[in-house]
Amino acid sequence: MADFTNGFWNIYISVLTLVGMLGCGILLWSQSKQKVLVEGDQSTEEAAAKALTTGHVWDEDLTELNTPMPRWWMGLFYLTIVFGLVYLVLYPGLGSYAGKLNWQSSTSYQEELKKADAEYGPLFDKYLHQDLKAVAVDPQAHAIGERLFLTYCSQCHGSDARGNKGIPNLTDHDWLYGGAPEIIKTTILYGRHGQMPSMGPALGSDQAVNDVANYVLSLSGSTHDPIRAVFGKTKFGNCAPCHGADGKGNQTIGAPNLTDKTWLWGGSIETIKTTIDKGRNNQMPAFKDFLGEAKVHVLAAYVWSLSNDPQVDSAAK
Amino acid sequence: MGGAEHNKTAAAVREARPQIAVVKMYKAREEIYPREISGRFATLRWVCVWLTQLVFYGLPWLSWNGRQMVLFDLAARKFYIFGLVLWPQDFIYLAALLIICAYSLFLFTAVAGRVWCGYACPQTVYTEIFMWLERRIEGARSARMRLARQSWSVEKITRKSGKHLAWAAVALWTGLTFVGYFTPIHTLMHEAVMLALGPWEWFWIVFYAFATYGNAGWMREQVCKYMCPYARFQSAMFDQDTLIVTYDSARGEPRGAYAKLEAAASRGLGDCIDCSMCVQVCPTGIDIRRGLQYECIGCAACIDACDSVMDKVGQPRGLIRYSTDHAMHEAWSMDRIRARILRPRVLIYTGILLLIVTAFFTSLALRTPLKLDVIRDRGSMGREVEDGMIENVYRLQIMNTAETSRHLRIVVRGLDGITLATASAVDVDGTSSRALPARVRVPGGKAKPGSNRISFELQSQDGDRLDVREKAVFIVPH
Repeated sequence: MADFTNGFWNIYISVLTLVGMLGCGILLWSQSKQKVLVEGDQSTEEAAAKALTTGHVWDEDLTELNTPMPRWWMGLFYLTIVFGLVYLVLYPGLGSYAGKLNWQSSTSYQEELKKADAEYGPLFDKYLHQDLKAVAVDPQAHAIGERLFLTYCSQCHGSDARGNKGIPNLTDHDWLYGGAPEIIKTTILYGRHGQMPSMGPALGSDQAVNDVANYVLSLSGSTHDPIRAVFGKTKFGNCAPCHGADGKGNQTIGAPNLTDKTWLWGGSIETIKTTIDKGRNNQMPAFKDFLGEAKVHVLAAYVWSLSNDPQVDSAAK
Repeated sequence: MGGAEHNKTAAAVREARPQIAVVKMYKAREEIYPREISGRFATLRWVCVWLTQLVFYGLPWLSWNGRQMVLFDLAARKFYIFGLVLWPQDFIYLAALLIICAYSLFLFTAVAGRVWCGYACPQTVYTEIFMWLERRIEGARSARMRLARQSWSVEKITRKSGKHLAWAAVALWTGLTFVGYFTPIHTLMHEAVMLALGPWEWFWIVFYAFATYGNAGWMREQVCKYMCPYARFQSAMFDQDTLIVTYDSARGEPRGAYAKLEAAASRGLGDCIDCSMCVQVCPTGIDIRRGLQYECIGCAACIDACDSVMDKVGQPRGLIRYSTDHAMHEAWSMDRIRARILRPRVLIYTGILLLIVTAFFTSLALRTPLKLDVIRDRGSMGREVEDGMIENVYRLQIMNTAETSRHLRIVVRGLDGITLATASAVDVDGTSSRALPARVRVPGGKAKPGSNRISFELQSQDGDRLDVREKAVFIVPH
């Protein structure tokens, strides 16, 4: 807990705190009795009992009536001092002293997480041992999956899971890494890093990029310039290692299929040219450490059910 | 003061020499042993004790449609009160309830002083129960005082420990009942019997048991005198026409003993026989004959005591009675006092109270048991989909606060050709909420670029005419 650069301030804070508490105690003790002048010739006890005022005079002639507070009340005051001292021993409060309990807000958060896991864990563990397709049929698992998706996935993929520019649509049948339930689970667990290298320098010129872009468009039968596409075909060898000679992509490395009309970043000629020229960098974060496998299992089943009808699938079995 | 007497005092002062005394600012509590009392007001207080405690101890055990009738489920954030289920969104009702309580307190205090303190306050009610147990075990006032003076003996230990055990039993039951309002009481009792309570259940049960035991057994009048804020700010609500427990000093003074049936004129004394019964029965240990004091909780025990004494000495009742400051000073009749109840202050309090109570119940009755929140997806603006349609994505949070499930239809309005691309039929279970993604489409060119106002509507398909509307924004990209 190095909040201060100089050790002096630790001592300064500790002394100020302790002296303050001690001062409160002394004040309480010294103010609990007061000497007062009484007229009469009774004994001291009798005189004290008959004293009408506390002897406190201010503003010339104002006096304070002697109406004693209950003694337990003063006990409470002392108790606050005892409480404060005990607190300072147990918890961090005196400079850099960590306290006997070694309490920290961060560990307390971790403990609460552990507790929540212990409470809700069994609920998820129940599904972990089931086949993903079986989990997808379970209505309760579906509802949990929907909530998990809305909480953790919708920020990028959208509440409807239809994605966004550069973020895949999860409701269609076009998968970068494959749409089998186990593969979806792997994707969520470990994340994905999809990289399209910048091909501009390799192709050499804007014209070459334009040629390849037109060839790529021709693969899916989209509007393109047939002449440029012919030139582009000769240069597609640069792309074939990942996207394949036929342009159908490669799911093991997440290279997109270029022969369909689904575009991650957009299917206009300009966008495709930018993609080829500058490359693209896609990052799906890993959720294994954050959510744990059991939650990811339920989530994967939900995501799979977005593009498949689990009822039909289970009936077919 | 007569001249001779004055001279005597002056001489005493001259003789006296000033001396120094030590005044303690804090004093040990002096135990009060209130004498048992019966009478009209004591009976009324017992009626209040029975009524409030039957409700308090009994209510959590009652069921309503297969659930606990009154249950404040803090973990699920749902309050079940009879047929009503309140959600955190209904928090305003708690505020309204507190305002109603406050105004009721103002009204009752303006009319009849500290009636709440004297008859219905939990502090009074539990003290009454605890004192009843005390009397059963330790005996009447004199016996209790004797027992306190005695040195420790088997009898004293038996009686004292018996009393504390009895108190602890009542206190524990109270703690259990209290916690039973927050966690289903049948399960709680079962767990308590099996000694399988959770740490927080233990904590709150013991906490409330200890509070009951401490406050009603040990603290008693100290709570009213030193801890209760209401006891202190009540004086701001008193006026000269407020009914207070008063001693009729004009009739009573000079006080002194006299033979029964002796005529007032011949005896040269007032009606007060100075029997000190009014002091002995007082739970806060004051002498009401010294006038209105802040310690007085308005329990009227002294009225009952004095009435019974007046009956015995053959004088009319009411030497100590409910009266007002005005009535005492101007010798008003009871009718005059009653007429003054309808003074502007009381009428205004009543008016405001009626208004709030009406608003409260009207609002509760008209409350829609269905809520809708629309949250637009922040990740994307509008996107273009097939056929040149513009699509926006929303998340609908549908909350069904009723206990039966609902079939609903989602409708979007606000723009030409606006349609819902996702399913419009949705079922929501009773007392649950559901988050639902919704895609809304508008044909391109039908709406201006930028943000457009639209609204979502939930229509009940269960035959009742219930629909909830919520505003939203539809964004058309440039």
